[in-house]
Amino acid sequence: MSNYMVNLKINNIPVSVPEGSTIVQAANKLNFRIPTLCFHPDLSVAGNCRVCVVEITGARALAAACAMPVAEGMEVFTNSAKVRTARKHVIELLLSEHNADCTKCFKNGHCELQELAAEYRVGDHVFLDLVKASDKILDISSPSIQKDNSKCIRCQRCVRTCEELQAVGALAVACKGDHQRITTFMDKSLHNVVCTNCGQCINRCPTGALVERNYMEEVWDHINNPFKHVVVQTAPAVRIGLGEDLGLEPGHRVTGKLVSALKHIGFDSVLDTDFTADLTIMEEGTELLTRLKKAIVDKDETVTLPMTTSCSPGWIKFIEHTFPELLPNVSTCKSPQQMFGALAKTYYAQKKGLDPKNIVSVSIMPCTAKKFEANRPEMRASGYQDVDYVLTTRELAMMIKQAGIEFTKLDDMHYDSIMGEGTGAAVIFGATGGVMEAALRTAYEIVTGREVPFNNLNITPVRGMEGVREATITITGTRPEWSFLEGVEMKVAVAHGLVNAKELMTAVRDQKASYHFIEVMACPGGCLGGGGQPIPTSADIREKRAQAIYAEDEGLPIRKSHENPEVVQIYKDFLGEPLGHRSHALLHTHYKPRKRY
Amino acid sequence: MSKTETLVRALVDKHGKSRNSLMPVLQGVVKEERYLSEEAMLEVARELDISAADVFGTASFYTFLDTVPRGSYVIRVCKTIACHMAGKDVVIDALSDMLKIKVGETTVDGKFTLLTANCLGWCHKGPVMLVNDEVFPQITAQKAVEIVEEYARKK
Repeated sequence: MSNYMVNLKINNIPVSVPEGSTIVQAANKLNFRIPTLCFHPDLSVAGNCRVCVVEITGARALAAACAMPVAEGMEVFTNSAKVRTARKHVIELLLSEHNADCTKCFKNGHCELQELAAEYRVGDHVFLDLVKASDKILDISSPSIQKDNSKCIRCQRCVRTCEELQAVGALAVACKGDHQRITTFMDKSLHNVVCTNCGQCINRCPTGALVERNYMEEVWDHINNPFKHVVVQTAPAVRIGLGEDLGLEPGHRVTGKLVSALKHIGFDSVLDTDFTADLTIMEEGTELLTRLKKAIVDKDETVTLPMTTSCSPGWIKFIEHTFPELLPNVSTCKSPQQMFGALAKTYYAQKKGLDPKNIVSVSIMPCTAKKFEANRPEMRASGYQDVDYVLTTRELAMMIKQAGIEFTKLDDMHYDSIMGEGTGAAVIFGATGGVMEAALRTAYEIVTGREVPFNNLNITPVRGMEGVREATITITGTRPEWSFLEGVEMKVAVAHGLVNAKELMTAVRDQKASYHFIEVMACPGGCLGGGGQPIPTSADIREKRAQAIYAEDEGLPIRKSHENPEVVQIYKDFLGEPLGHRSHALLHTHYKPRKRY
Repeated sequence: MSKTETLVRALVDKHGKSRNSLMPVLQGVVKEERYLSEEAMLEVARELDISAADVFGTASFYTFLDTVPRGSYVIRVCKTIACHMAGKDVVIDALSDMLKIKVGETTVDGKFTLLTANCLGWCHKGPVMLVNDEVFPQITAQKAVEIVEEYARKK
């Protein structure tokens, strides 16, 4: 933004803002809130909903404050009679094409359009109801995302999200005028197009047009069934996001209360995805070292490097569609959720003396793509569907409210055992760069016998919110069995948000960049900014969540995956060794190319 | 390589791979194949490295970029107010009677499609009819039928 300051008046109050600012930004500086719908801080400006109209002295028509840049001497009125009438009409017109089925809508109470309608006290049927019957047919083809065109106000936040943040382009605007709609290629169902199920569109949809497929009732049914043993796992990013939906500010860590709430709800065993995140590090770290050994020592040309992470199911589906030729680069490790699922119905069942067919495995995820992942045919290693139901952070918050639990007053509780122990290395899986950092903490120590050479284990070069980050770590002082890595400069890269992943992987594919290890998270900020996290989201909110993640890591007694006592135990009792026979059967998989076009 | 793939690649070679080429490429396909098949749109998306939904979205915006199969001769009668007042309904009825199809349909032999169009800019000489790219102003029911009969005699 320019250093040149522009002076203007808003509601007769002088304000000075940098050149290029919009009227909305200038008004914010004076604490005048101008309502917006199509505007989102993460996206380009569209200016199509017209809710933000303001009056500018001397201008012929009202202007969209989200799109109009300030000018020297400009006089803006954000709340004149003309503005209020126009704004109210805009909301009423939007509602005339909106299926205002509010009481039955999943977004009831969380809907930006509903809030505006309440704020402006819109009239009753001022305009004819124009919702088409055909638009009321829900697209529930995807196990992750539900699309309801009758609730769409065509603000196109989803279209911009899918293109600008994710480079997926599953959604586009079709037709024009009263036929205009947000749709997929040839109006195919969401399940049959390039959609990665990342749910970023849901995070930004101002209405109930795009929401997650919710499975709360099914989970309640199982909890209330005395013959079922319902286990629940919670992903790292849930503990730093959940509070936002339950009255707390962003960046609040609620791990102990989360466990308490799940026990109050009635889950038979409250366990932690962090356990399998640590296990992932053991498997993935070993896989990486094995690939390096094969490449460097055995000169095996079939070994594919760089190796990329495989934790993010949005990323997996993206690479299946977009870079099928790079699938061999993806680690064969399943995601922590799926490792947990496979072990819950085998290892856990054995240890607890349970019949796996009576175990219902539920996971609480910051993610909508996890719902799709749980339904993948590859994810039935236990002989059953490994993870039965996936709930988003938002769904859990709703269940906590339904259960009448006063969340903020809960006492802190600890996860159950077994499979409830996690380290700081697992917690940081929730932030972009976290898997990389956790893997380096362990791999470096395996190879050299020493801790990573970073202050307090904090590998800061891989942290932060830059879209693509690179780091180089020189390995020195190796143990004899890893001497082939002596002096090797480990080159790693981290990308978050699929638009950045696409840029990084294009460079890899075209051999314009070379790395050993790449971490990719589909969502901006990593899982903390996942499609299942509390709404709203912004760079500022994601930054606070990241700080909470790293604070949680620093606060834990064990911060390296290989030191997780339950991980040590499972290798002793059940798995044998990383990449061993049992690991291979339960914890690893392969993915298949999908059509991009 | 299929006929459509060859066509799309030739068009992309001619117009370039930038986003700006999307319109001329789509128009080129429609000119040859009378409509944009799923295959054609996917091929355009691949060649220009843009999303398939984006190609479909663009195509669906323009009335003249059809995404459903059309006949060799696409007849469009202007339906907007000046042509309406000048008697476009009689013209449409006559064509519909003659071709045994309703508006939006294509004859079984795949030769003619009958459509209406928004303003074609010939308000002073309505009603106006378009057959592919050829304009026929101030038509009557009889003239319209004669013109289409003329096309029917062509290969």
